[in-house]
Amino acid sequence: MILMDGYLYYPGCTLKTKASDYEQSAIAVMEALGKPLVEMDDWYCCGAVQSLTTDDLIHQIAPIRTMCCAQEQGENTLVTLCDMCYNVLKQANQRVKDQPENLDTINDFLDEDPDYLGEVEVYHLFEILRDMKKEISKKVVKPLSDLKIAPYYGCMLLRPTGIAIDDTEDPKIMEELLELIGVDVIDNPKRTECCGSYHSVNRSDIVEKRVEDLVARAVEDGAEAIALSCPLCQFNLDYYQRTTDYDIPIFYLTELIALAFGLEVGMKKHWVDPKKMLKDKKILE
Amino acid sequence: MKVNPDHTFLEKVEELSGQSVNACIRCGTCSAGCPFVKDMDVLPERIFKKIVLGDKEEILKKNTMWICAACFTCSVRCPRDIDIAKIMEAVRQIVLRDNIDMIDIAKIENIENLPQLAVVGCLRKETG
Repeated sequence: MILMDGYLYYPGCTLKTKASDYEQSAIAVMEALGKPLVEMDDWYCCGAVQSLTTDDLIHQIAPIRTMCCAQEQGENTLVTLCDMCYNVLKQANQRVKDQPENLDTINDFLDEDPDYLGEVEVYHLFEILRDMKKEISKKVVKPLSDLKIAPYYGCMLLRPTGIAIDDTEDPKIMEELLELIGVDVIDNPKRTECCGSYHSVNRSDIVEKRVEDLVARAVEDGAEAIALSCPLCQFNLDYYQRTTDYDIPIFYLTELIALAFGLEVGMKKHWVDPKKMLKDKKILE
Repeated sequence: MKVNPDHTFLEKVEELSGQSVNACIRCGTCSAGCPFVKDMDVLPERIFKKIVLGDKEEILKKNTMWICAACFTCSVRCPRDIDIAKIMEAVRQIVLRDNIDMIDIAKIENIENLPQLAVVGCLRKETG
């Protein structure tokens, strides 16, 4: 490890634009914890969804090129924030580790020198935070005990089984992190159901039904807001509430951790303004 | 029942997915947990039966594989350990590799508000 005091970080396309609230709050949180996220010198778009056919190696090229970039920087640990990037990078990396003949073919195709050795490990930020519970507790200056929040995992952190960051059917990682910052955690039985994913592009009617179903249940169970990490889930649950009777804030978990650390970061690009609720509750001035 | 079933279709699906469609016992666990079944013309396990029967023409008229968003819920729950998302992907790919796109990029509405990963993801799943 060259980065003794931090983590090499892969942003992906959406974190730099539509989901900059997530990137900025995650960077602030990790900075406060003394383990800064250091962006890779070079990286490629992951492709957003994993290509699943046995014969399709061309769509594994971009994720493996990114692995080469990490290797070039002398790092074996690569951290992602976006759930879809996490899923694609982890699945592609796992595929070439499990099938060395795929790795050979890709290495033959790539210009990168030296070859990718298959030694990089991909992590999601939540896995890093799970191992820093003591440090997080010490940094909490403003426990969010007035907030009733339902965690939402969606698909890409938990499925398929081989890449899951927690139990696929009964994950606890977000509940534990929310409890650490004092949140009143609302049990959410629908927390692993798909939000409708990329159907927002050409079948928004499907996403609208999913969002109605997911938000209605959270509100019925007492949630005043939802916490998550996937930028696509965030957009779907946030934007499409306009087609429902609900208008609860959809936070990135790192925005809430930053708030508990006394930092106001992110919360600028939401469709349902989270600051209104935070001001009503005197969490923000 | 089809008189001339297309067995090459079953072989192609199994080759592209790396999964055994014949292993399906039609228990319906996939459909029970799928958040999208209400929008599908035909339930996933019934599509598998059609694949085994080689009913390619009938399958390609249905919307099931296009409604599937590869959320992998069925894949992690299948009691026969079939990675169902890979079978749906194989059927999609058989269509897309015939140079048929399911979305016209020029006609995407609301593109200024959509996050990039939605557009990239959709184009990867619905264009060849």
